[in-house]
Amino acid sequence: MPQDPTERRVVVTGPPRRARRTARPHHPRTEIDELTTLGDTYVRSLMRTQLRTGLTVLAVLVLLVGPLPLAFAAAPGAPALTWAVLGFALYAPLVLLARWYVRRAERHERDFVRLVEDR
Amino acid sequence: MNSGYTVPAIALVVVTTVLVGAFGLRISRTTSDFYVASRTVGPRLNAAAISGEYLSAASFLGIAGLVLTQGPDTLWYPVGYTAGYLVLLLFVAAPLRRSGAYTLPDFAEARLASRAVRRLAGAFVVGVGWLYLLPQLQGAGLTLAVLTGARDWLGAVIVAVVVTATVAAGGMRSVTFVQAFQYWLKLTALLVPALFLVLAWQSDGGPRHAFTEPAGLREQRAVRVADTLTLRLDRPLTVTVTGTVDGRPHRKAPLTLAPGPHRIHAGTRLTFADGAPVPVPEGSAASDRAREERPLYATYGLIVATFLGTMGLPHVVVRYYTSPHGVAARRATVAVLALVGAFYLLPPVYGALGRLYAPDLALTGNADAAVLVLPDRMIGGLGGDLLGALVAGGAFAAFLSTASGLTMAVAGVLTQDVLPSRGVRHFRHGTVLAMAVPLAASVLVGSLPVADAVGLAFAVSASSFCPLLVLGIWWRRLTPPGAAAGMLAGGGAALAAVTATMAGYPGAGPVHALLAWPAVWSVPLGFLTMILVSLATPGRVPPGTAAILARFHLPEELRAEVTA
Repeated sequence: MPQDPTERRVVVTGPPRRARRTARPHHPRTEIDELTTLGDTYVRSLMRTQLRTGLTVLAVLVLLVGPLPLAFAAAPGAPALTWAVLGFALYAPLVLLARWYVRRAERHERDFVRLVEDR
Repeated sequence: MNSGYTVPAIALVVVTTVLVGAFGLRISRTTSDFYVASRTVGPRLNAAAISGEYLSAASFLGIAGLVLTQGPDTLWYPVGYTAGYLVLLLFVAAPLRRSGAYTLPDFAEARLASRAVRRLAGAFVVGVGWLYLLPQLQGAGLTLAVLTGARDWLGAVIVAVVVTATVAAGGMRSVTFVQAFQYWLKLTALLVPALFLVLAWQSDGGPRHAFTEPAGLREQRAVRVADTLTLRLDRPLTVTVTGTVDGRPHRKAPLTLAPGPHRIHAGTRLTFADGAPVPVPEGSAASDRAREERPLYATYGLIVATFLGTMGLPHVVVRYYTSPHGVAARRATVAVLALVGAFYLLPPVYGALGRLYAPDLALTGNADAAVLVLPDRMIGGLGGDLLGALVAGGAFAAFLSTASGLTMAVAGVLTQDVLPSRGVRHFRHGTVLAMAVPLAASVLVGSLPVADAVGLAFAVSASSFCPLLVLGIWWRRLTPPGAAAGMLAGGGAALAAVTATMAGYPGAGPVHALLAWPAVWSVPLGFLTMILVSLATPGRVPPGTAAILARFHLPEELRAEVTA
C-alpha cells in the first residue's frame, strides 16, 4: 500500500448510534417512567381497556343471575328447576367467565408491554 | 351416636394441623415471612389455601342445615359465596396485589395517604373479623356437643387454642400450608360420605319427594323440641304430645292441631305418625323471618351482599398479598372459583338427603348438625360411625382454617395499628387478643343466630370495603374525606340496620325486611356517599394519585423502572 505523507488520522464525530436508538424522543416507556402527561395517557388507556373487559363480564353475570329469582318466583311449581340451577348448573359458567376474563386481561397487558417497549 | 371414632378423628385433624403448621415454622424467619409468606406462594398452592380458608362452618354445616329447614332457595348462599370471587377477580385481584400493601388498612393508606382512613378501615376489619369468628367458634361447640355430648364451650376453646398457637408460632407461611391441606381434607370429608349416602339412598329405592314436597318423616319418630318455637300449619296435624302446646300441658295425649300458629314449649316431646309431613318452624333468626315475609327482596339482598361482600372479607383479602405478582393473583382466583364451586356441589346433596332422612332436626333446632348425623341415620353400624368420624374431622378442619385466616387478618391490624410497637413478638400478643375477644363473646353470649352474624359480616363488608376497593382502584378523583364518609355511611348503616333487627326492632312489615337485608340499599348508599363527598372535596385528591394508579395497573415487567 503506497504511503502518502499527507495522510492523517481523522477523527469522525457524531452522536453514538446506540444512544440515539434508546433515547428517541416520545418513547412511551420513558414517558411512563417519568409520569409525563403522555405516560399518564398510556396508563389511562390500559385502565379503560381493563375496566371495559371487567364491566362486560359483570354485565354477563348480572344478565345470567339477575332474572333467576324472578324466574323461580314465577314458577313455584318447579322446585326441581331451582335445585338443578342453584345446586349444580351455575358453577361451570362462573368458572368459564373467570377464565375468559383472565385471558383477555393478560392479553391486554401483553399488548401494552409490547407497545411501550416498542418490540 | 358412637363417639369412639369421632374423638380420635377430631384429635387427628387438630394434631395434623399443628404439625403442618410447625413445618412452616422452621422456614418462617423474617417479618415478611410472618405476614405474607415473603410473597412466594404460587397460584395453585395459594388457590387451595384461599379455598381452604374460605370454606367455613357456614359452608360445611350451615348450607345443608338451611336447605333442610328452608328448601332450595337458600342455595343462593353457596352461589353467592362463589360468585363473589368472580366480582373480586374482575375489579380487585391483580391491582390489589400490585398495590403492595399488607392489609386492607395498608391499602387505604397507600391509596389515600391518610392515617384517619387507615384507622377507620382497620376498625372495620377488626369488626367484620370478630363477627365472622363468632359463628366459627359456636359451630365447633355445636359439633362437639352433638357428636360427643361435651359441654357447648369445649369445642370453641379447642379451636381457639389451636388457632392461636398455629398463627402465633408460624404466621402466614405455616397458615398457607395448613389452609391448602385443609381444603383437600374438607373436600374428602364431604365427598366420600356423600358417595356412600347416595348409594344408600339408591338402595332405598331412590325416593325423590324431598325435591318437590315439604320434608316428611318416613317412619314414626319422637322429637324433643329443644327451644320454644312456633309452628305455622297449613293443614291439620295429628301428633302425640308430652309437654306444653299453646300454653296447655299434655301427657301422651293424641292431639290434632288445627291450621294456624301453634306455640310448642321447650322440652316438649312430639311423636309423629308414619309418613307425616314435618312442619317447619318459623325461622328464629331475624333474617329468616324477613325471608319468609319478603322472599324476593331477601334473595336480592343476599345476592348483593355475597357477590360484593366477598372482596372485603379480611381473611380473603390478606391472602392476595402472598401471590408473587398480579398475574398469579388472577390465575389463583380462577382456580379458587373452580375449587370452591366443586366443593359447593356437595352440601346440597346433604341438604336434600337431610330432608328425607333427618327432617326432625328442623324441629329440635339442630338443623346445622344434618351433615354430622346423616351417616349414622342412613348407614349405621361401623361404616356409619367411620363416615361420621370423617365428617366430624372435616368440620373441625373448617373451623380451624377459617378461624386461623380471620385471626391472622385481625391480629395483623391490631399489631400494626393498635398495639404500641411493631415486630414479631407484638404480633404474637395481637394474635392472643384477636382470638380472646370472640372466644369470650361466644362463651358469654351463648347462642347467637349464626346466619345473622355471617350475613351481617357480608353486608357490612359489601357496603364499606367494596366501594373503597373498587373506587380506590378505578377512580382517580377519590379523596380521603369521601372514602371515610362512604365507609361510615354504607358500612355504618348496614351495621346499624342489622343490629336493630337482631335486637328485635321492628318485628314485621316492609321496614323489617329492609333492615334485615340491608345490602340492596346500603351498598349504593356507600358508593354514592363516597362519590359525592369526593366530588365536593376536589382539593383533597392525594398528590401521588397518578403514580399510585399506574402502579396498581401496570404489569410488573414495567414496574421496576417506575418505582426506581
